[in-house]
Amino acid sequence: MNCIIIDDEKTARLIIKSLCSQTENLQVSGVFSSAIEAIKYLNENEVDLIFLDFHMPDFNGLDFIKTIKKPIKIILTTSDPKFAIEAFEYDFIVDYLLKPIELPRFQKAIKKLRSQLKPAIHASNTAEIKNDFYVNIDRRLIKIDLHSIYLIEANGDYINIRTEDNNYIVHSTLKKIEEKLPGSLFLKIHRSYIINVKKIIDIEDNSVLIKKDIVPVSRSKKSELMQRLDLL
Amino acid sequence: METPNLNYVNSLARDDDSFKDLLIDVIKNEFPVEQKEYFESCKNNDYKKIEENVHKIKHKISILGLEESYKIADEYEHNLRLKSNDKAYDFNLILATISNYLKTI
Repeated sequence: MNCIIIDDEKTARLIIKSLCSQTENLQVSGVFSSAIEAIKYLNENEVDLIFLDFHMPDFNGLDFIKTIKKPIKIILTTSDPKFAIEAFEYDFIVDYLLKPIELPRFQKAIKKLRSQLKPAIHASNTAEIKNDFYVNIDRRLIKIDLHSIYLIEANGDYINIRTEDNNYIVHSTLKKIEEKLPGSLFLKIHRSYIINVKKIIDIEDNSVLIKKDIVPVSRSKKSELMQRLDLL
Repeated sequence: METPNLNYVNSLARDDDSFKDLLIDVIKNEFPVEQKEYFESCKNNDYKKIEENVHKIKHKISILGLEESYKIADEYEHNLRLKSNDKAYDFNLILATISNYLKTI
């Protein structure tokens, strides 16, 4: 799981970063002194969790919460719980941490977040899984068996869908096809690649061998990928 | 007046002395700036700004284990919201205590 930290106070940023480093499977991918800087980052990067200081001058935590469009989980950090109550009307606020944050309380909040994420994963696993979908290639609608897909690669305005037997080049985006794919089978491991997790042969450092293709795994997605594997 | 301590810093750093030194350095650099901003806001009678400054300094007060001082700062912050500077004197004493302590570590 990757996270970013937003706090106008350097001491607080350093403390939260240290708490993250003392917590298993939690990587800090960005640290920001203002919410505005963080919004720019979020527009270009995928993040699982935000540690957000609620009380910041000019553009505070609540202003930030109102602007974000992605349903990213947020843990509020504050010196005053009164300010945090208003934000709890938003579903994606997981918890709030009173400063100075102690490690056991910090890890309790992460545990709470993980327990919230698990049912979501379970729900997507048990939902009815479609077996196929159609793509439009040269005015022909071609049926593709979902289980035969092992890799989907973004290539400009096109995506390249690789299956056991064929290679389909379709005018679409990874985002669009991601919505059609069952989350239990597929995972976006890089901004340009979606893989069928069941087809992985091996994983080495930051790459995955899938069929004969070596596919990069972005740092922010590595922990999610590892969580999906049935490790001995 | 209670005495500042590094109990929280030590518990966070565990045995990592380099992190402990880094955190203390950051506090030592950041606190005087925050204190200066606070006094400037006081000079301008800008209650909103003073409240923000006090709020930020509250974190340093708690990091340094000053529990009673934290309550005073909290009360002062509340008063400022009501455009009252009651507890300003006590708060300024806390700042002086912290400034002196930071010179010793």
